[in-house]
Amino acid sequence: MTTLSSLPSARQLDRPPDLQVNGMTKQFGRLMALDNLSMHLKSGSFHALLGENGAGKSTLVKCIMGFYQPTAGELLLDGNPVQIGNPRDAHRYGIGMVYQHFTSVPAMTVAENLVLSRFGGAGIINWKAEIEALRAFMSTSPFQVPLETPIAQLAAGQKQKLEILKQIYLHSRILILDEPTSVLTPAEADEVLGLLRQQVSAGELSILMISHKFREVMAFADEITVLRKGKFAGSGAVSELTVADMAEMMMGEQKVPTPVQKTSLPNATPVLEARQLGANKDNGIAAFSGIDLTVHSGEIVGIAGISGNGQRELVEVLAGQREAAAGEVWVNGERYTATRAEMYRHQVCALPEEPLRNACVAHMSVAENMALRTFDRPPQAKGILLLLQAIRQMAVGLIGQFSVKTPSPETPVQNLSGGNVQRAVLARELSTEQIKLLIAANPCFGLDFAAVDFIHTQIINARNRGVAVLLVSEDLDELLKLSDRLIVISDGQFTYQSQTTTAEYAAIGHAMAGH
Amino acid sequence: MAEGLGWWGVPLAIVAGTMRGGTPFLFVSLGECLTEKSGKINLGLEGTLLTGAMTAYGVSYLTGSPWLGILAAGLAGLVLGSIHGWLSQQFRVNDVAVGIAMIIFGSGIAFFFGKPFIQPSAPQLPTLNLAGSNVSPAVEAALQISPLFLLGLAIAPLMKWFFQSTRWGLYVRAVGDSPDAARAMGVSIFKVRMLSIMAGSFLAGIGGASLSLYYPGVWTERISSGQGLMAVALVIFARWNPMICLWASLLFGGAQALGPSLQSVGIKQGYYLFNAAPYVLTLLIMIVTCSPKRTLAGVPGALGMDN
Repeated sequence: MTTLSSLPSARQLDRPPDLQVNGMTKQFGRLMALDNLSMHLKSGSFHALLGENGAGKSTLVKCIMGFYQPTAGELLLDGNPVQIGNPRDAHRYGIGMVYQHFTSVPAMTVAENLVLSRFGGAGIINWKAEIEALRAFMSTSPFQVPLETPIAQLAAGQKQKLEILKQIYLHSRILILDEPTSVLTPAEADEVLGLLRQQVSAGELSILMISHKFREVMAFADEITVLRKGKFAGSGAVSELTVADMAEMMMGEQKVPTPVQKTSLPNATPVLEARQLGANKDNGIAAFSGIDLTVHSGEIVGIAGISGNGQRELVEVLAGQREAAAGEVWVNGERYTATRAEMYRHQVCALPEEPLRNACVAHMSVAENMALRTFDRPPQAKGILLLLQAIRQMAVGLIGQFSVKTPSPETPVQNLSGGNVQRAVLARELSTEQIKLLIAANPCFGLDFAAVDFIHTQIINARNRGVAVLLVSEDLDELLKLSDRLIVISDGQFTYQSQTTTAEYAAIGHAMAGH
Repeated sequence: MAEGLGWWGVPLAIVAGTMRGGTPFLFVSLGECLTEKSGKINLGLEGTLLTGAMTAYGVSYLTGSPWLGILAAGLAGLVLGSIHGWLSQQFRVNDVAVGIAMIIFGSGIAFFFGKPFIQPSAPQLPTLNLAGSNVSPAVEAALQISPLFLLGLAIAPLMKWFFQSTRWGLYVRAVGDSPDAARAMGVSIFKVRMLSIMAGSFLAGIGGASLSLYYPGVWTERISSGQGLMAVALVIFARWNPMICLWASLLFGGAQALGPSLQSVGIKQGYYLFNAAPYVLTLLIMIVTCSPKRTLAGVPGALGMDN
């Protein structure tokens, strides 16, 4: 076994090592998260890891990274068995990972996070030299992130870029990516993956990517390994497989996305109207201003844009999480200030991004979270008393109806996987029949194929029932698929508006880039 | 001290009070600042302050060296800090609850071992004379500064630099703001918090030494009068910034001296009101600086969380 002290540091590896996983097994209590799995990441190849939510992909990569210690199985680097006890060890072997959850420290600036991410190094940081080096690094890197900005002020897309940048900065030779493009626009995703692909082709990097997007897998990966319920379900070269083959391996049977069926509704009335709306970011600088927006009943209005252009603040204002700096919001012809009473009266529902943070009380149970909108009204309350039985019953119903995978209604919602948290929130928000307005922001971020399909279907169904939907997303494909009307936001202004059927892809791209 | 100077005594007394009364605030608040930056609260610093004061006084009396007393006070703080650091990081243990227990434990220890030292007088720390030789004795007495005050003055910018420009400082901030991110970088949360709490308690112990060996320079059971707890609040007021901790400590020290100094020039009315000046000041500044539109900048993200 190779000892750490005799290892070259990551910087000195001249090519990515060959990584083999043999019979990896990981048990959590009675749950078999990973069952005797083997795979092979050849030096200088782009390998995609496919599987449904909960198939064990994250567990596998966390075992490789030393986050978890496998119950059984071994890891071979260039044929030598190695023991990786923690992520620091992994880094010394030249393995780096971009996590699905962001791992930057929110209160620190981009520069501080980059410097901090370097393991070891001098105890005292010479900021002048570091900033210079970082500027030089940024100028040659595939994407730019402002160095002096605190992470808390970056939008999801920029954070994701930073996570990838961090690994490039650390000279990792094997890069593990956990759904790296879920917050990027298709053009950005292609750019990022294209640049990473070039590095792989040049023999500089090996990549192991968890992905749900077949398009990206087809375009960029060399090989795939598919997991199903913790077990090996197939592998092969991408050039010899079709999307249908891969989908079949993933689900055990072939599944096609539910086609979008829109019904047109007569007498569309304006439900949401924003007039000259403006709001500031946390730092007091205007996030967006002078926005006029109307969403009619039975219509999905999609807002596209690169993250950080004011979408987050717009959703926060509409959801009542942020005060507007200017302008007004009207719902159903009445002034709307997002109080609880108004939300109930107008039946406004919201599906914000990062639902665990923005729409749930993380340590409260699934049942309690599902009752957040209705717990203070009959039939769930009588006077000032809560009827816990009624709350539980409704939760049981919703869990079944929306297929939320949870051990019990009493489980804290934070213990659920991302997809199931999103389902639980969706269940709560769509549970009442008469909802009039739905505000959704990146509803499918980081979800797998089945969950995305489910959420899309629910949104379309709501629209067909006459709900006005405002859909803010960084996934342009999603917007083109779902929305009736498309608006592009850039630098806090609407730069493009069109019916989706007549929207021009090139014009949208230009508008998103702010030209 | 201000007799014979008339009204000039008031600002002079405030300056002197700033340096004297501000010193324990400074040490405790810097210690708490370091602790809270790592994501844990240590309310027990009130107890640490008392234990430090007692230890410093006792050791100074027994060995004749006030400097050994200061070192012993720091070490006593270190021990209390290690207890808090270990206890507060156990599963399902809340740091605020442990902190309250540590206040009682720390003061209990101090009172228990401190009984024999209430009567005897221990050698005090030497002071540096700031004033020239040809000033009145009153001015001279007011401008005696303690090396501990200067040490505190130096530690504040040093700590700011530590947080900004050393790897260890970044670790402390990362652990305090996002333990998950720190864990992803292979940083041991337990160790970082343990060391931060211990170092913070060391500073608080020295703060105690400044009470018993500098000003007021005696050992009694009521010597801290809640200054340890006020210093904890002061850290929030200072937005977890060591340099603002420094200014805030000076402000509190100065405000504390307002009542006594006015009394010394014969203003007897409203004595208690002037004594309340630090608290009124705190409230006023809180009201003026707060804003519903901004989040509390600088608050460590994981502060007070169970992780």
